[in-house]
Order: sequence, then C-alpha cells, then structure tokens
Amino acid sequence: MAERSFKKEVQKLRAKEGEVFAGEGILAVTKALLQSGVSYVAGYQGSPISHLMDVLADASDIMEELGVHFESSASEATAAATLAASVNYPLRGAITFKATAGTNVASDPLSNLSSGGVTGGALIIVGEDYGEGSSIMQERSHAFAMKSQMWLLDPRPNLPSIVRAVEKSFELSEASNTPVMLQMRIRACHMHGHFIARDNVRPAFTLADAMNKPSRDISRIVLPPASFVHEDEKINKRWPAAVEFIRREQLNEFFGDPDGADGLVIQGGMYNTVIRALQLIGLADVEGNTEVPLYVMNVAYPLIDEELRGFCQGKAAVLMIEEGQPEFIEQEVNTSLRRVDMQTRVHGKDFLPRVGDYTTTVVLKALVKFFDRYRPELAVRERLPEGVRAALAPRPLTIPVRVASAAEMASAAPSQASAPVAALAPVPVKVTAPVAMEVLDPVMDVHARPPSFCTGCPERPIFTAMKLVQREIGAHHISCDIGCHLFSILPPFNLGATTMGYGLGWAGASAFNTTETSRRTISIMGDGGFWHNGLTSGVGNAVFNKSDNVLVIIDNGYSAATGGQDILSSKAENDHRITNLPIEKAVRGVGVEWVRVITNTYGIATMRDTLREALTTKVSGPKVIIAQSECMLNKQRRVKPLMRKLAGEGKRVVRERFGVDSDTCTGDHSCIRLSGCPSLSVKDNPDPLRRDPVATVLDSCVGCGVCGEVAHAAVLCPSFYRAQIISNPTRLDKLSKRVATAVIGFLQRRLATRELSHA
Amino acid sequence: MHNTMPNQTTFTEARYAGESAKPAPQVRPICIAILAMGGEGGGVLADWIVDLAEQQGYPAQSTSVPGVAQRTGTTIYYVEFLPQAASANGHAPAPVLSLMPVPGDVDIVVASELMEMGRAVQRGLVSPGETTLVASTNRVYSMTEKSAMGDGRVDPAPFIAAAQKAAKRFVYGDFAVLAERNGSVISAALFGALAGTGALPFSREQFEAAIRRAGVGVDSSLKAFGAGFDLAQNGPAPQTPAARPAVVERTQGLLKAMDERIAAEFPAVAGTVLKAAVRRLADYQSLAYAELYLKRLAPLRDIDQRRGDSNAPLLVETARYLALWMSYEDTVRVADLKIRATRFERVNKEVKAKADQVLHINEYFHPRLDEIADTLPVWLGTLLMRPGALRNALERATSKGRVVRTTSLRGFLLLYGVAALRGTRPKSLRYQREHAEMCNWLAHIEQNAGSHYAMALEIAECQRLVKGYGDTHARGMRNFKLIEGLLPKLLANDDGVSRIRQLREAALKDEEGVQLATLLQGWNWSDATLAAH
Repeated sequence: MAERSFKKEVQKLRAKEGEVFAGEGILAVTKALLQSGVSYVAGYQGSPISHLMDVLADASDIMEELGVHFESSASEATAAATLAASVNYPLRGAITFKATAGTNVASDPLSNLSSGGVTGGALIIVGEDYGEGSSIMQERSHAFAMKSQMWLLDPRPNLPSIVRAVEKSFELSEASNTPVMLQMRIRACHMHGHFIARDNVRPAFTLADAMNKPSRDISRIVLPPASFVHEDEKINKRWPAAVEFIRREQLNEFFGDPDGADGLVIQGGMYNTVIRALQLIGLADVEGNTEVPLYVMNVAYPLIDEELRGFCQGKAAVLMIEEGQPEFIEQEVNTSLRRVDMQTRVHGKDFLPRVGDYTTTVVLKALVKFFDRYRPELAVRERLPEGVRAALAPRPLTIPVRVASAAEMASAAPSQASAPVAALAPVPVKVTAPVAMEVLDPVMDVHARPPSFCTGCPERPIFTAMKLVQREIGAHHISCDIGCHLFSILPPFNLGATTMGYGLGWAGASAFNTTETSRRTISIMGDGGFWHNGLTSGVGNAVFNKSDNVLVIIDNGYSAATGGQDILSSKAENDHRITNLPIEKAVRGVGVEWVRVITNTYGIATMRDTLREALTTKVSGPKVIIAQSECMLNKQRRVKPLMRKLAGEGKRVVRERFGVDSDTCTGDHSCIRLSGCPSLSVKDNPDPLRRDPVATVLDSCVGCGVCGEVAHAAVLCPSFYRAQIISNPTRLDKLSKRVATAVIGFLQRRLATRELSHA
Repeated sequence: MHNTMPNQTTFTEARYAGESAKPAPQVRPICIAILAMGGEGGGVLADWIVDLAEQQGYPAQSTSVPGVAQRTGTTIYYVEFLPQAASANGHAPAPVLSLMPVPGDVDIVVASELMEMGRAVQRGLVSPGETTLVASTNRVYSMTEKSAMGDGRVDPAPFIAAAQKAAKRFVYGDFAVLAERNGSVISAALFGALAGTGALPFSREQFEAAIRRAGVGVDSSLKAFGAGFDLAQNGPAPQTPAARPAVVERTQGLLKAMDERIAAEFPAVAGTVLKAAVRRLADYQSLAYAELYLKRLAPLRDIDQRRGDSNAPLLVETARYLALWMSYEDTVRVADLKIRATRFERVNKEVKAKADQVLHINEYFHPRLDEIADTLPVWLGTLLMRPGALRNALERATSKGRVVRTTSLRGFLLLYGVAALRGTRPKSLRYQREHAEMCNWLAHIEQNAGSHYAMALEIAECQRLVKGYGDTHARGMRNFKLIEGLLPKLLANDDGVSRIRQLREAALKDEEGVQLATLLQGWNWSDATLAAH
C-alpha cells in the first residue's frame, strides 16, 4: 500500500472530450497515456515519479477497463525490457522511472531497444531529478538519449504542453521507429494545473492480438550483422524521419519577433523560468507575450538544424539556456552553425554557471549580461524591480561557520582522533552571496534540516545497536545502500562510508574479502534494494566469492523510501500482486547458511547481540541478518484509523507513548544521540538551578519502545517512562486500578506531608 | 540532413507562426512561498490557497519539491495565482507562472517554524519592499541542537530581529501552540493569520469557505483559523521570554526560618538560588542537610564580601553547582521522585489521559551492581564490589534492565521501599565518595579565590561536567578529575583561565573525548593527562 492514495483523484482519468482536467502533473501524464491508446505501462518508483507509479497502481481498474496492462516492475531494467513488446507489434507502451539513477539501471535494455528500433510507439517517461531536491547523483538523461540515439522531449512545464508531448511522443516514436524519452522535471511532476481532456482510447491492436498471432523479425535482433545495419538505420533512416516529424508537427516553438537581432535558445523545461525573468525586466507580459525572439526546444535531442539555423539567421548573437552539464546542446548548436559558417555568436555557459539549478535569479543574471552587451538601449538593469535588484547584487559576505560543525565532523570521524585540531577548526568562508547583506545582519544560526528517520521508525534501533556494538568492539567499515536507511550516515548515527547504488550495499564491500584480518565489514541493504538486484549482486556474489562479511537486510515490508510501495516480501495483502514471500528463503536459496531473522528491530539488546555474534563468530562464510519490523509510517496509516474505530465502538484499546520525567533528566541528551527520533526533543529545564535543557517526548510519539530499550541497553538514565492509556477499560482494569489507587493514594498523601520540594 | 549538408549557406525558412506580440501592461501574479517540514501540512495550506484563487476564477498554479524531504526534512511549497478572472477584452488570461520563487519578488512567505523562517530570510525570499512574512516561532529543534551534550539550542532573538528587518510586514507568534489549543494543526492557524494580514484579495468568509470545501476536520480547523486571524489582526504578539518557571513559593513553615537566615546572612543577589537550593536539599535529604549546604558556602560569601563585588559571582555560581552536586542522582532519589502524587498528575496531563481512561506508568530502570552498592552502607557496598563469586553473581543478575509499573501495587511498593532508604543515605558508599570530591572541589575554589579569582570561577563552573547516571556520570567525573589534576599546570600558565574553559567546553563536545584529547595534544599536555588518570 503506497504512502499516498490517489483513489479519489484517479476518477479524473475518466474525463471526457472537452472537460477541464485539473490536477497534478503526474495525473495529467497518466491521462495523456490513456488518451494515446497505450496498451501497457510499467515502471519502477522513485522520486519524482513515485506518485506516477502510485497513480497508475490506483488506476488499475480504469486501465483494465481499457485493456491496458500495468506492472510494477522489479527494476528499471525490467521496465525498459518490457518495451520489447513494441518491437514487433504495433503496441503503444510506456515505462517510467527516476532519472538518472533509473536510467543507469535501464541502460542495458535501452541500448538493445534503440538498436533494433520499434514498431509501436515506445515512451520512456523519466523524472529528471536534477538540482534542488535531487537525492541521487546530478547527471543528465540527455547523455542517454545521445548515446543510444533515442529522442528526448523536454516540454514546456504546463499541463497542455506536457499532455501534447506525451501524445506526440508516441507518434514520433512510430514515425521514426525509435523509442522516445520524455523528461519530467521535478517541479513539473508536482505541479497543479489544467488542460482540456480528450476521450480515453482503447488500443486497436491489443496485447492479446499479439500473443495470439506472434511474429518475429530477425533483423530487429541485436546480433551481427543486423546490429551493424541498425547503426546505419539510426543515422540514415530513423534520424531524418524524426527530424521530418518534429518539423512537420512543430514540436519546437518560436516566440517573439522573428526579425530580432538577437534571441534566446532554450530547453522547453526552462520556458517558465525564462519568461519569469523576462517579465521581471519588463520584456514579457503575464501571458508570456514578448518581442524577444525565443526558440523553445521541446525536443532537446535531436537538434533540428534547419530550425536552429533559420532562427539564427540575421541574428548577431543568441544565448543558449541549457540547464545541467556537460553542455551537450550548446556544443551541438555551435557545431551546427559553424558547419555552415554562420557567424551568429553563441553564448551559453560563458554567461551562465556551469553547475547547479538554473533558478530565475541565475537566468536573470545571464539575461542582464546578454542584453547589456547586445541591447544596451533596453537598460534592463534599470527595469528590475527594486527587491530583485537588491537580490541580484553580488556582495561579499562572510558566512560564519558554526563551531558545532567542527564537533560534528569530529564525532562523525572518531577514528581520526589524531587529526590536528586545526583541520577541524571552523574557518569563516568568504563567498559572494546573491542576497542583500543588510538582511543577514544580525546573523542567524540557521541549521540544515536534512530528511531523517520518521517517528517510531523501525530502522533507527538497528543503527543504535550498531553504534553500541562499535563502542564495544571498535569501528568497522560500513557499506551503505539506497533507501531510508541511508539516513544513518547523518547525525546522530554517523555510520557508513560509501553507497554505490540501489541494492548494491553488499557489492560495495566486495573488495574487503581477505583472510589477512578477522575484522569483518558490515553492509546494509533495504528490502527494496534486495529485490531490485541485491539478491544477485550482493548476496549471490558474496556466496560465490566466499565472503566472510556481514550483511544487514532492513526488511520493513515496503519500498519505504520511495513512498511505501509493495514488494515481494511485503506483509500487506495486495489484490493485484503476490506478497508475503520471505527474504530469508531467498537468502538461504542462494546458499547463505548463517542467517538470523530478527522480527522485532525495536529490541535493541537482541539486535546488538546478534550483530556482535555476526561480527565475531568463528563460523566462516557470508552472514546475513534480516531485521524485520514494519515501516512505522505505513503501520500508523493502517493502525490509527483502526484504533479510532475500535475505541469509538467501545472496545478496549491501549495507546502507548513515552515520556521523560524532567526532574530526573539531567540534560546530557545521550538518549537523543543514540536515537534521533523526531519525537524526542528538548525543552527548557523547569529546575531553576539547572540550565541545560531536558529531554522531552513530543505528543507525536507512537510508543514504538525504542526510548526504553535504549535506556536499558545503553544503561542511560531512569527518566523514561512508558504510559499506557486504556480507552474503554474492562471491569477488571477498573477494579485493579481502584484497589491500587486506594493504597497508593494513602501512601502518597503520607509522603506529601514531609515533602519540602519545589516539585 | 544532420551530417550530410556541409557548408550549406541558404536555409529553409524554419520559422513557425511564432507568437510575437508587444507585452501588455503588467498585471503581476501573486507569489506565495510556504516553508515547512515534511508532514506538517504545508501541502494542505498550498491546496487551500489554490482552491481559494480558483474559486474566484483566478488562474493558479502550485508546486513543491518533496522528494525524500517528506521525512521531516525542509520542504518548500510554491503557489502563484493571477488576481484577475478576465482581462480588459474579456478573455480568460492564460498566464505563464513560475515554478520557483524569485528572491526579491515574493509577496507572501509563510514559515511553519522559526528556523525555517530563518532559512527563508537567508535565501533572500523575504524582502523589505514586497514581502508579508507570516511565521510561527515554535521550535522543532535540529539534530545539532538536540544532541548537544549541554545546551545546543540557537538563540531565537537574531531570527526575529533579522525577519523584522527583512520583511515589509512581519506577523509572528507560536502558531503551533495556537493550533494545539484549538485541537487543530498548524496549517489552519497559519491560514488564518494569512487571512488576517489582508495581503491576499479575499475576504475572511472566502478563506473559511475554502476550509469548508476541503471538508477535513472543518470545525477545529476553523477554530484554529480564527485564532490565527486574530493574532495577525492584533499585531505581533508580545515577545514572551522562554518560560523559566520561578521558584515555586510553596514555602512551608520549616523552610521559613531558613529563608530568613538566607536573607540575613547572604547577599540579596544570591537569594533566588539559595532559596531554591535549600528547598531542593531539604527535599532531597533533610533540613539539616540544607543547613550543611549553607555552612559550606559561608567562606565563599566572605570572599566575595571582602572583594566588595555586590554581584557575588563566585558565591552565586558555586551555590548553584554545589546544590546540584549535593543532590546528586541516585536510586533513592529517583524512586522518591517517581512515586509522588504530583508526578502522577504531571504524567496524566502530559499524555493527555482522559478521566474515563485508565493510565499505567511503566519505568525503565537499569540499576547495575555499582548503583546498588552505592546505595548501601559503606562496609556492605565495599563487600559487594570486591571481586569474587558474589560480585559476579550479582553482576549477572543485574545485566538486564527492568520495567517497573509504578501505578501497580507491587511496583509502587518496591519504589516506596527504595525511597525509604533516604535515612541511610549519609552512610552510603556513594555519599562518602561524592562528598569527598565535593569538599576537594570547594577547597580548590577557596584556595584560589584570593589570588586567582577568575580561575576560581572557572573551577566552580567545572562541576557542570558531573551529571547524569551510570556511564554518563562516570564519563563526566573522569573529565572533571582530569581537569582538576591539571590545575597546577593551569595555574602556572598565563592563559590558564582561557585554557580551563577550553578544556571544559571540549569535554562537552563529544562522548568519545576526541576533542579533549586533541586539545591536550595540541598543548603537548597529553602526558600530564595520563598522569592525572
């Protein structure tokens, strides 16, 4: 069960011709797929297209009505290979995943797919996770389009443009026998907007048609000599066909005065940002009308030479606004113009930063530079609103580095105890800040707030236990993976040295396989990563290569980091999928003999002891600990309404939460350093003699039990209590309470007579 | 085409019907940035605003960058709408709206927490010419703040000052408390404040209608909305200093005499601390114990008197620390505090138990052999701690923590019994040890107060290191003694005062002692440390 339900919203997918569709970008994409007569959809979840997968899953019924098959693929590679259905048959198919993490995984099938080409429209929707909010590496899908010669669309970020791009992508794919990538930028995925709907289309040629009358064409298979022919086809047939289609259908757009002496060449996805910048200097109105010539590349690859050259004709200079690096388009633009000896000056990364998000401020700065040089009469600087001008003014500014950060660095690297203090000492950094300086004075100590484990997360105690074990037997090399568990690299845990990719936690420690030491490495893998590829790339590999190291599989029942989607080992029942398949069986199945399953990760002592055993046992061979407890976010979503319902029906319901007695807490915060739960915080010390804040448990506590376990396992303080609040108590509950209260009350009154306290 | 047309010099006309129009007079969209943390309802707030605008026929757009930030990380939601349903010639406008805020061009910034507000100001989203800033001053502490070994919380004052300077209008208050009081969530209270600022072209009724249309928790949301609205309308809330409760003046007859004695014998400036201290110590042990406390402070009082400093800093600081030390935490004290009626009431309130619910309180104890021996009389405690079969057996028996239900008869009586050991405390192993250390510490302060007053103050301050239970206490005491051992070296050094402070602060930086060790290494004092151990 995914974190966010779209059950209600997906009804919008039934919108008919002419109706106004209002909703999020991802929902619009789904509607566009149905309007295009798609036969099958597959994909793998990951920000920012997790919600697209969730929408598709929630729309299963609607898709079935239309004869559309939807699959949650095992990985991005599986998803990409699914497009093979469009190779021989006129079936339209779409897949989706996060770029570039997913594109990397899908690279192998994408190469084969693009080599042989397709008959039916094949669309790859990638959530481009570049810049702000990016959680994996900052790379570009553009490179994949170029290396495989697939076409890449980067439409203007508004719903009508995106919907049109989806529909046209299928046509383009069919016209050029080439798979097409559609890039959805992160903000466009989550954008709320409108478009005019069309009817959904049931595919004319169905999956059943293909299965009942299979056909094959050996010339589409990537084997020599066919593969050499494919390369020739790509360049001499499919490419010209694509160019022809793109021009005919006017997928790229021109705005502004065609005779202008200079202009802007931009990626479609940059359109709104560029228009906002032009609006701010008074060169565009609120609807985007402008005299500035704009060539908007909704097709980011391939470059359409005629269009570009036509646009540049008679222009002294153009500014290429291309987000991301390397600047593939800019290089191509230069090549294209130089090849025909056009002298239009091309500016790009010389005016814009080579790295990072192209925010409106960044674009605005480049525009000011560009117009100052080529249109000084516009005096664009003077047109800037005052606030924006102040924000643009670069001023040297000393950012104080918090002293605490040195301490964090030290605690993050306890093994570097011998590092000279100078290396850790805070050094004020001089930077040029795009912010008005007077605003920053007085200096605020703003801390970063990275994402972290949720309240009651079952993964946190695993890392607490790991910390405790390392205190006992010393530091170990820890290889991390992708997933919520990666938050363990942050304070307060500070665990882990590398992370090489999804499911690659154990693979990332492969080199550390030597008999020269008895010290083992610890690797982490989530259940999501395990089923994605970790079973083979990690576990199988370790068995085969006789590894002696330790793997901890975090089995929380969902692909939690991507939004709680179900996987093979999910505990949830799912009408459309098979779940409840134990990881332990799979691990034993590939030959691991030392396997421990811990069914309650909150039991820190057990967790710690099992880890210690795995790290110190004389038994050789790979060791796997499977740590199971349900993702708390999912659990609460399941349990909370149930509890409310039961309580409402008059049934006995016990709610648990933790608390801290502030009169016994001494404000050392060891508990926080070992737990890091968002519900465990600090507050002013009510004791007038003490100054350090005391720990406190916030109302959001779900009573997972870690606080108590930590207090026990690490021998902390006796300040924690667990409160059990019983709604609709039984007669027995009430009776025993009455008896106890009678005696306790009597004794408490006696005590109170000699109390001299402030409490 | 691509590669096959070298040196082509004439071009196909490749210009599609480009829309070229002179820009119309500017109608600006209203830009709203919402800075929140994942799971705080920032998205709900954005949805309400979009709905509010669309209801008037205004084109609106919203977006966010959630990613994994939903896991309590910083999240920013961004909304734009054009406050115009139809342009002059009657056609519905199709504005091009931005997907991200532009520093210097944001009309409204809503921040759900103080540090997120600071982040908005730091990013330049708040500008004095344009921005109405609505911010909640409640704190959700960062990990750095929470996990500090002492007080790592940032000072909120510069945040308020910076925001005041940065914004055109600044509406702030603790909207989290406001929401809680009205049984709702912070987004509703902030939405109310947004309405109250009048910065958006909608009436209060229109705002409220948006909440009704959303249809979730309508009544409580409207209540919180109203509270937020009032806060914005009645100007910035008066700044309430962090609640440091005054000493509870539940003076009882017995303590009165002591209060009078404090008033007569000690400078007024020490009154608050001393009164709180004698209450604490009388409660901890006995009135006589409180008297012992005052007696121990007399020499320091005289020193400050001789110096003629009416602030008596040495007396006040030492008084505070001595009171804390003399009321060191032990099993007896913990049991004593856990069984009180006032404590039961406090827990009841904290966990929001209702009258018809039954509440159980379960304590997490892990008394180890050390703590047990500490509580016993010296001879017995020493006996238990002697290496041998007895000790091993006891250590095994105490290797696991225990959960005691104080609200059950059994659990209560157990703790009641432990608390009753109070009378024997002065005979206990721990008492002897702690008081020996205490006297040693006081002697160091007194010895140096005459010649090295600043140093004496620093020595007094070092008591801060000794706190907590179990390992935490042991670690603190180790560091304390290390510094004590270095005193001769520190006194001989010109910048001894600065060094002792550095040592103390380094000791509070990390649990592993990395910073402390590094510091000593830097001074080439590591050998001395070993000697001190």
